[in-house]
Amino acid sequence: MLSRELRRAAESALLPLGALTVSLALFGVFVTLAGANALDVYYQMYRGSFATSFSLQNTLLRAAPLMLTALCTAIPASLGLVVIGGEGALVLGALAAVIAAHALSTANPWVVLTAMALAGAAAGGAWIGLAGALRTFRGVNETISTLLLNYIAIGLFKHFVEGPMRDPASLNKPSTRPIGEANALGPVPGTDVHWGFVYGLVACFVAFVLMRRTVFGFAAQMVGGNVRAALLSGLPVHRLVLIACALAGATAGLAGMAEVAAVHGTANASLIVGYGYTGVLVAFLARFHPLAIVPVSILVGGIGASGGLLQRTAHLPDATVNVLEGILFIVILASETLRGRILGPDALESEPKPTAELKPASAPTPEVSPAPSGETKRAVG
Amino acid sequence: MEAEAHSVANRRAQNGIRYAPVPTVVLFIATAALLLAACHKTEENAPGGTAATGSAASVAKADAPFVVGFVYVGPKGDYGYNQAHAQGAAAVAAMPGVKVREEENVPETVAVQKTMESMVELDGASILFPTSFGYFDPHILKIADKYPKVSFLHCGGLYQEGKHPKNVGSYFGYIDEAQYVAGIVAGLTTKSNKLGFVAAKPIPQVLRNINSFTLGARSVNPKATTSVVFTGDWSLPVKEAEAANSMADQGVDVLTMHVDSPKVVVETAERRGIFVSGYHADQSTLAPKGYLTGAEWNWAKIYTDYVNWVKAGQSYPHLLRGGLKEGFVKLSPYGPAVSDIAKSRADAAKAKLMEGTLIIYSGPLKDNTGKVVIPAGTNRPQTDIELEKMNYLVEGVVGKIPS
Amino acid sequence: MNALDQATGGLWALPLALLGGALRVSPPYLFVSLGECLTEKSGRINLGQEGTLILGAMIGYGASFVTGSPWAGVLAAGIVGLVLGTVHAVLCALPRVNDIAVGIALMLFGIGLAFFIGKPLIQPTAPRLPSLSLGAWSESAAVRSALQVNILFLLGIATAFAMRFLFERTRWGLVLRVVGESSDAARAMGYDVPRVRLIATALGGCLASMGGSLLSLYYPGSWNEGLSSGQGLMAVALVIFARWDPVRCLWASLLFGGAGALGPALQSVGINAAYNLIATAPYVLTLVIMLATSSASRTLVGQPAEITVGR
Repeated sequence: MLSRELRRAAESALLPLGALTVSLALFGVFVTLAGANALDVYYQMYRGSFATSFSLQNTLLRAAPLMLTALCTAIPASLGLVVIGGEGALVLGALAAVIAAHALSTANPWVVLTAMALAGAAAGGAWIGLAGALRTFRGVNETISTLLLNYIAIGLFKHFVEGPMRDPASLNKPSTRPIGEANALGPVPGTDVHWGFVYGLVACFVAFVLMRRTVFGFAAQMVGGNVRAALLSGLPVHRLVLIACALAGATAGLAGMAEVAAVHGTANASLIVGYGYTGVLVAFLARFHPLAIVPVSILVGGIGASGGLLQRTAHLPDATVNVLEGILFIVILASETLRGRILGPDALESEPKPTAELKPASAPTPEVSPAPSGETKRAVG
Repeated sequence: MEAEAHSVANRRAQNGIRYAPVPTVVLFIATAALLLAACHKTEENAPGGTAATGSAASVAKADAPFVVGFVYVGPKGDYGYNQAHAQGAAAVAAMPGVKVREEENVPETVAVQKTMESMVELDGASILFPTSFGYFDPHILKIADKYPKVSFLHCGGLYQEGKHPKNVGSYFGYIDEAQYVAGIVAGLTTKSNKLGFVAAKPIPQVLRNINSFTLGARSVNPKATTSVVFTGDWSLPVKEAEAANSMADQGVDVLTMHVDSPKVVVETAERRGIFVSGYHADQSTLAPKGYLTGAEWNWAKIYTDYVNWVKAGQSYPHLLRGGLKEGFVKLSPYGPAVSDIAKSRADAAKAKLMEGTLIIYSGPLKDNTGKVVIPAGTNRPQTDIELEKMNYLVEGVVGKIPS
Repeated sequence: MNALDQATGGLWALPLALLGGALRVSPPYLFVSLGECLTEKSGRINLGQEGTLILGAMIGYGASFVTGSPWAGVLAAGIVGLVLGTVHAVLCALPRVNDIAVGIALMLFGIGLAFFIGKPLIQPTAPRLPSLSLGAWSESAAVRSALQVNILFLLGIATAFAMRFLFERTRWGLVLRVVGESSDAARAMGYDVPRVRLIATALGGCLASMGGSLLSLYYPGSWNEGLSSGQGLMAVALVIFARWDPVRCLWASLLFGGAGALGPALQSVGINAAYNLIATAPYVLTLVIMLATSSASRTLVGQPAEITVGR
């Protein structure tokens, strides 16, 4: 029993590491074909992501929102739902957080921040919960509905930020009125990394406990395993779906609140940069395991952080990091076939895979899409 | 039923656990703590480190190349906003003893803060030109406080004396002067008297361009009107093409735009066989028949000036703005379709603007709802701060500012 | 001028703008949704169509630029689409690999690759596909321009009808449908299920990629990184919306194209309010329709049973 456990644990560690190595090797071939020196590229990536304190903090900063938005996909995955609505939940969470901050403008910052967090979580939770309701009561595929809701949420966000909620002083970059210096979410003392990173850590831990160690979590996994059996066992499937989706949206909404409070101090279009979609990637790479989301977020954050150096010193275009992420994803997926085969002859039981096995569950899941990215950058010119 | 589910769950718990719980949790907490500690510990060395780098940089400056960093929010080759800045960067790179580092596609989030920091720490940059408007607040302000020896020069003109740190400066050009002259050319070239403007967002700088273009056109052709379509964002090629096409459907025969990359609008206009006036950079190669002229930036002048000032250790103006007169903006060469009359009228206006004798925004001026926005007898020269808050469309513009 | 010209300035302005917009904007939707329809009929979902679309757009533009012929661009895009579709099929054929995740991975990879290789293509101008003037009979410039269509679009329309015929009347179509309904039954009948799916996915990718090349070679007719507004992803929704019938995909694409053109069309006739909200029209439309046609208890009519989409 123990050796089987050990074998499985070892495999769970080795497979991703092996996939990472293979991905880096393939990436090296790719950049060599593109005319760069692969070893130099590796060095620059290391330098940009982990080598110095500055790089490390850059990586952690980038990982902060990813942990939360990845949970938005990972939590419903236990139930066999493929939700990609992190982006929409994030922006609406940011908007709600700003509204809360304005409503309580004169209160103690602790109160304001708590209210902001609650408002952000509530708004995000309601949005994805809506998708969950559509799914469980009307059978509307949640992947497509959350994708559509992303676009709709962004449209709503822009409408409010540029219209009714606009700060008259923010002439050339439409933003809401700021939440105030006093309410800013500061850095963890001694570092440059803001508290949003800790939110992510805590959320991942709580999600792990919830989804893997409580009755709720096991009930959810049962629904993900076989819906009919779950129904026959008397599990409240509707309620489980709704709660899981609400929780998922709440984490993404919290990410939006953290971005407002820690980075921008206001809500504007700079929030729409694809954190939601990158979170979906992280969730898939982490195979939906909440604890694994932490190292994967850091990895993906590191890859993104090194992009700048790749541009400036290796003279590779910024899309290079996307290519690496794509290769990584493909290799990790392909490595799934080796699971249960390399360290032992017995077919080791795996976690319930949300989408592979089930007919009724799942849906097409658009993921890291550049679709909203047109709006990420710029103002004026 | 519930009990059954529960016991099934228990069995699952025993068989399905991948990691033993306690070591996992411990590992998790330990890793998190280690990471934060790593940041903290090396951060302690950082202040000394930064100072060391700073002084090392200034000592090395004498013989090492002077490093200037440019940050773009989009691709450098976009035939538009970013390319105009990149052209300025190229002028800087041509200066002796100066090295340029560029990074493109940097969004207006912490990413740009880290990019700037990285350019200072790892590339040893002494001047940074973060070129997107949205980089200023909070990003530049945060990083500028951290590196007082580095100059941060922002495109957008938001600097406020006393409020913002001394190592920050901002610059901008009154490109609407060039749009005014372009409007004159458009007004004299149009046959249908319908002009069109593809705009991104209804912010003051865009509205100012629309208005200046219209005022220029109507100064020579009082029957001209300008239709406006707002696409909603800075770079939406399909929407821009749609806007251009739907305006052409309406009979518009001269288009201009204020979007990040005018390429799509210019090419669409050429395909529809109508005229177009460019923006940001020179797009005449894209529309050999229909390109009339264009309002361009001339960042090279500002950039090389700044580099020289900082290199010599001189203090530089923190709020640098200028138009045609100062050479910060220019007009593209006239295309083949521009008549001689149009050329002479346009040149005359250009000369007057260079002298400073032509005030574009002078009263009485009504907006397109009939309200008086500049009373009679009031002149608003280009430097007038009121113009920066523009929130109206002048008479002759067809369309409303979306609310 | 003539009555129609006068009228087009007034009452007809908006409908014409919408029609013109629909004809201009819908071809990529059409091609991608036809490709996805083919793939899904075989029982597999390909979510990587967005990546295929963008890569096809870039390769098409590049090939046209290098060779001087836009048709070579379309051909090159088609080949790339075949390759990507094949990769998708091969990866999905591996045991224990989740086809939805593969689609997303390929989307990410395709987009990254397209942006990477396409950097030098943002500036140059490549020769574009010619258009056919269906409105040449009219004296009104507005009507003429609204009825400009691309030859490939007409080919796409023909393909839609041909596909329906293929599915319903040919043996190959029958095989495809059986594979999509029940792979067990197909195997029992002796059909090579992986091979059928490979062909369907590869051809589906080919169509999607050609749709992408329409974006860069016809409308908007330029390569840059903001070219796609999610057509590849919306196509999956479109196929569901069209209940897996190719001809309905055609109508759905036109509807989408029109909805996407709604914002600029309204503004060009002077209606500017709430343009951010109007821009969400296609998405709201899709959601409403999905809501109206889905049911918690039945599978969607026409859905291949092997697909894990609606319940």
